[in-house]
Amino acid sequence: MNWKTFFAMLSRDGHVARRNLVPMLLQNLLQPLLFVFVFGRVLTTSGMMPMRYKNVLLPGIMAISMVLSGVQAVAMPLITEFQFTKEIEDRLLAPIEIRWLAVEKVVAGMIQALVAGLAVIPAAWLLMGSGVQISFGHPLEFAAICLLVALFSGAGGLALGCSVGSTQIGLMFSLVLAPMMMFGCAYYPWSVLSPFPALQIAVLANPLVYASEGLRGAIAPEVPHMPAVVTLAALLAIDVAVLAFGLRQFRKKAVT
Amino acid sequence: MGIGIRTEDLRKVYDTPPPTAARGAGFAWSGARGRNRDKKKIDVVALDGISLEIRPGEVFGLLGPNGAGKSTTIGILTTRIRPTAGRAFLGEHDIWREQVYAKRLIGVVPQRPNLDFALTAREILLFHGAYFGQSARDRNQRTQELLEKFKLTDRADHLVRTFSGGMMQRLSIARAMMHNPEVLFLDEPSAGLDPQTRLLLWELVREYNRLGKTIVLTTHYMEEADTLADRLAIINHGKIIAQGTPPELKASIPGGYLLRLRFDRIPEPFLSEIRALPGVREVRSGDHSAADIYADRGGSLIPGVASAAQAAGVELQDVHISEPSLETLFLHHTGRSLRD
Repeated sequence: MNWKTFFAMLSRDGHVARRNLVPMLLQNLLQPLLFVFVFGRVLTTSGMMPMRYKNVLLPGIMAISMVLSGVQAVAMPLITEFQFTKEIEDRLLAPIEIRWLAVEKVVAGMIQALVAGLAVIPAAWLLMGSGVQISFGHPLEFAAICLLVALFSGAGGLALGCSVGSTQIGLMFSLVLAPMMMFGCAYYPWSVLSPFPALQIAVLANPLVYASEGLRGAIAPEVPHMPAVVTLAALLAIDVAVLAFGLRQFRKKAVT
Repeated sequence: MGIGIRTEDLRKVYDTPPPTAARGAGFAWSGARGRNRDKKKIDVVALDGISLEIRPGEVFGLLGPNGAGKSTTIGILTTRIRPTAGRAFLGEHDIWREQVYAKRLIGVVPQRPNLDFALTAREILLFHGAYFGQSARDRNQRTQELLEKFKLTDRADHLVRTFSGGMMQRLSIARAMMHNPEVLFLDEPSAGLDPQTRLLLWELVREYNRLGKTIVLTTHYMEEADTLADRLAIINHGKIIAQGTPPELKASIPGGYLLRLRFDRIPEPFLSEIRALPGVREVRSGDHSAADIYADRGGSLIPGVASAAQAAGVELQDVHISEPSLETLFLHHTGRSLRD
């Protein structure tokens, strides 16, 4: 393993991310934060929603922001770099096994997901005004969930980026990401789905459910949530599967 | 000094459409087949047993028309394409099995510039140096040198997406030389370049070769192969049809000159008469109106041909005389022009 090359590729991605910092933040965070403002501030203050909805919403928004930003940070560049311009060739020819380039992409996505996730907490706090109660009583659980969600985000970006063509980006959003967000238990706890037993079972296939529920358990434990053991185990299993699939797709795409 | 390359019976069959850079006319499509009838399978034979020996420190040219298998060969030699069968060695090391070793020693200039569009020219070189583990001081110094040599200093800090085709090509070559590779691959380096830039490119390639580096280039410009390459392989339909130095290859054309003639008709006795003319080595006539004459002289043969035609009552309609060249060589071996 050639660490010099690995870190050089990582610093290249960091350099490009810093250059595009403002558009990137707008792209990944604006939508969730608008949601925070409307549902967490406007509707709660006006009495349409109970005040405690703020605590339900914050971990969910954090999960969505993390997943979206990692997926975008990895998938979008990969889709363009593997296209006609073949920009990625330069790094495929760098003196390192090509799977490490895929791993590097995942790590870069994880970092961006963590930055986005941590940026959401103060931003949402400001936007929602008073009444948000989050606790950091389980720092280890919080850190573990954050890392696993970030890994899902980066690995998911790798898998999508190597499976989707540039003409299908729009479809990817409407067919994969949009349903994932709506049925990801980000805007409501999983337990409220009990009147819809089929739906409640079906959404268990959605990784975002474990991300939202896990973060809920870690920072808003008074809201109903799944046990930490379940969310951690599910996220770990999903991460391993998605990463393995992503690496396979990357190899297929990279070597003719 | 220098590192050579050897391939043994390389074969590549694509079962998905070949990559764009390697795509072109001339592939043999065998269509759907195999057990799984629902799934349409394509088999494209791009390389059909290529055995090459590229000597350390030489400029080696792969000449052939589009789709002959040049880019696929380069792809295999640069770890980017997995050979279906056969092996390729860089020095004594198997390229497919020891990819990292191979990648350290090679530099690649692709057919179409694949520069990192998110970066400036300077950053492209700096990061490339970093991928190859160069120290910050080394890569700054080398970047400055290359930017100057390739006349890119005044645009060094611009994003490369704003560059012209020629500038991108120059930067691609600079990038390939950044880590000072022992073997430099250039895939159609002068496609789309203006004549002036092409001359600059040739000079830079020669200069790099003088440092003892091995150069492998593909081209379908006969002239480029002729001026640059120490040795050449002519490739068509995934097979090598001739190999040697440019003079050797030219000497292998019967007579050297090629006269392509067109008549209103060609009766057999008339053809025999042309064969008997002094200096004529070989006459080929594919259809009833065209004849290719290989001979040791060019224009001085025309009066003889004209009078024979008159005597036979045949009208000479078109004359094209080619001097000894790789173009005529290619035509001699394949029956088609490099530009077809």
